[in-house]
Amino acid sequence: MSASHSTYNPQNGFMKWLDARLPLPRLIYDSFVAYPVPRNLNGWYTFGGILSLMLVSQILTGVVLAMHYVANSAMAFQSVEHIMRDVNYGWLMRRMHANGASMFFVAVYIHMFRGMYYGSYKNPREVLWILGVIIFLLMMATAFMGYVLPWGQMSFWGATVITGFFSAIPWVGDSIQALLLGGFAVENPTLNRFYSLHYLLPFMIAGVVILHVWALHVTGQTNPTGVEVKNIKKETVPFTPYATIKDALALIIFFMVFGWFVFYLPDYLGHADNYIPADPLKTPTHIVPEWYFLPFYAILRAITFNISIPFTDVVLIDSKLGGVIAMFASIAILAFLPWLDTSKVRSANYRPLYRQFFWIFAIVCILLGWLGSKPAEGIYPLLSLIFTIYYFAHFLVILPVLGWVEKPKKMPASIADAVLTEEKTAPSNVAAQPAE
Amino acid sequence: MSATKSAEPVDEERRDFLYIATGAMAAVGTAALAWPFIDQMNPDASTRALASIDVDISLIEPGQAITVKWRGKPVFIRNRTDKEVEEARATPLEDLKDQGAENENLPAGSPATDVNRSAGEGKENWIVMIGSCTHLGCVPVGVAGNFGGWFCPCHGSHYDTAGRIRQGPAPRNLEIPVYEFTSDTTITIG
Repeated sequence: MSASHSTYNPQNGFMKWLDARLPLPRLIYDSFVAYPVPRNLNGWYTFGGILSLMLVSQILTGVVLAMHYVANSAMAFQSVEHIMRDVNYGWLMRRMHANGASMFFVAVYIHMFRGMYYGSYKNPREVLWILGVIIFLLMMATAFMGYVLPWGQMSFWGATVITGFFSAIPWVGDSIQALLLGGFAVENPTLNRFYSLHYLLPFMIAGVVILHVWALHVTGQTNPTGVEVKNIKKETVPFTPYATIKDALALIIFFMVFGWFVFYLPDYLGHADNYIPADPLKTPTHIVPEWYFLPFYAILRAITFNISIPFTDVVLIDSKLGGVIAMFASIAILAFLPWLDTSKVRSANYRPLYRQFFWIFAIVCILLGWLGSKPAEGIYPLLSLIFTIYYFAHFLVILPVLGWVEKPKKMPASIADAVLTEEKTAPSNVAAQPAE
Repeated sequence: MSATKSAEPVDEERRDFLYIATGAMAAVGTAALAWPFIDQMNPDASTRALASIDVDISLIEPGQAITVKWRGKPVFIRNRTDKEVEEARATPLEDLKDQGAENENLPAGSPATDVNRSAGEGKENWIVMIGSCTHLGCVPVGVAGNFGGWFCPCHGSHYDTAGRIRQGPAPRNLEIPVYEFTSDTTITIG
C-alpha cells in the first residue's frame, strides 16, 4: 500500500503546468482520493477523520473568540461574559469552543481504545502510535491552558494545582514553578502566557497530525482482522468515495451529538464554580478538573504515602512527587505499548484472553474517572490506589504475559478470505468472525 | 561554463578551522540568545517589588484569624486559643510527617515544635503561615480536618493547630514566611 505508483492524471493545461512546478494536487489526489483503504474497515475507524474536523472547528471558533477576549486578569472574566451577552453569535462561538474541547476528547478516547482493541500500534506502526501519544499530550496541554482563560474559580485553582506539579521536582521545583507562572502564584503574567501558548499549541498539533497521517500512509491502515493487505486490488477500495462518504456519515452523526450538547446541555460538562470570578484567597471546596482529565487526576491523588528505604526514615520519593510521577507515567507508558504487548496477533478478535482484559482495562479507566470526580475522603483514595495499581499492571504485567500464555484463535489467511468467505457463507450460519 | 575547471588542492586545516570556528560561534550565539527568551518568563520587576506588607492585628481576638494577600498568595494570621496551643504542644515530634519547623525566621533544620511554629516565646498564641497547601497550592480551610487545624479540600491534607501536616498527600508543614512584630499590634510580612 505504501508509496504506490501515482495514478494522478492532470486534466487540463493549467493543472499540468502546476503539476510540473508544485505537485500539490497530485499529493492530495494520491493521499485522499486514490489512496487504497482496507475494504473491511468498520465505523470505529472513522474517528481519525472526525478528529481532524474537530481540530479545524476548534481553531476556527478559537480564532474568532480571540478577537473579543481580553487576556488580563482584571478583564478576562468580564470579556467572556461580554462574548456571551454582547458579541453577535458570541454565545454560539464560545459554546462550540468549550463543548468542542469535550467532543475532541470523546473522539480521541474512542480513537485510542480502537487502536488498543485492534492492536493498531504493533509493528510496523510504532511511530504512528507514538505520534498519536504526542498529539494526545499536546491536546491535554492546550485544553488545560484554554480552561484557565475564562479566569473563573476552577480556572484559577486548576492552574494552581497543575502548575504545582512542577514544585514537586526536587531542588529546582520552586524555581521552575516561578518560571512557568511568572510570579509567586497564579497571576496576570500566568494568564498572559497561557493565552499565548493556547493560541500556539493547536498549530503544533496540526503539524504533528500531518506527521501522523504521513506515517499512516506509509504503513497503510490496519483493519479489524489485523491481517495486512496482501492484494491491493481485491482487498482495498479507493479512499474516495468509499472512506470519504463513510467518514462523512460518521461525522454528521458525531456533529449531531456535538450540536445536542451545544444547544441543549451547554454547561453540562463544565462546572458551576467557573462562573465565579477567580479569587486567590478562597479555594472552592471541591476542585475537579474537566471530565477528560479525571482518570489521571485520580491516579495523582492515589499516592498519599511517602516511599522510603525499607526499615529507615530516609524518604526517597515523597507522596507529592510520587503522585506526580504516577500521573505522568500513566500517560508516558502509552508510548511503550508497542513493546509491552508481546503478542504477534494484532486484533483482539483473535485474542480471546486479551479481549477480556481489554474490556476490564476500559472499565478500570472509567472507574478511575469516576473516582477522580469524588472528594479525597473515606474509601475513595484506597479504591483509587487499587485501580491505579491495576492500570499499571495492565501494561507492565498483563500485556507482556498474555503474549506468552494466550492461544490465539485461527486467523484468516487474508482480508479477502475473511470478508469474501463471510459473504458467501453468511446464510449458512457458519461461525465466521463478524467485523464488529 | 567553467564548472569543469580542475579543482585546486583543498587546504584541510583551513576548512577545519572555519568549520569549528563557525560551529562554536553558532553554539555560543544560540545559547546567549536562548537565555533572554527563557528568562523573560521569570517573575518581572513589578512582581518582585511587592516584597513586604504591614498588617494591623489589633482586632484579632483569640480564636479568630484573618487572611491577607502577600505576593499573590494568602497568608493566615491566627490568634490561637490556649486549647489549640496545648493540643499542638502535646503532639510528640515522632508523630509528624515533616519534623522541620519550615520557619523562614529560624535556622534551617529547626525542629517542628509548637513554639518554633508560632511567633516565638511570649507570642505562642500567634501563628503566621502562607495559606498555600504544600501539596499543590490550594488554600486550606481553617478550623477543619481531623486535627482541628486546617484542611485542604483539594486532595485531603490535614494540618494540626500549628499548621503541621498530619495526614494526606502534602509533604511539608505550611510554610512560615519572614515576618516580625514591628509593634505589639503590627506585623510586617516579607
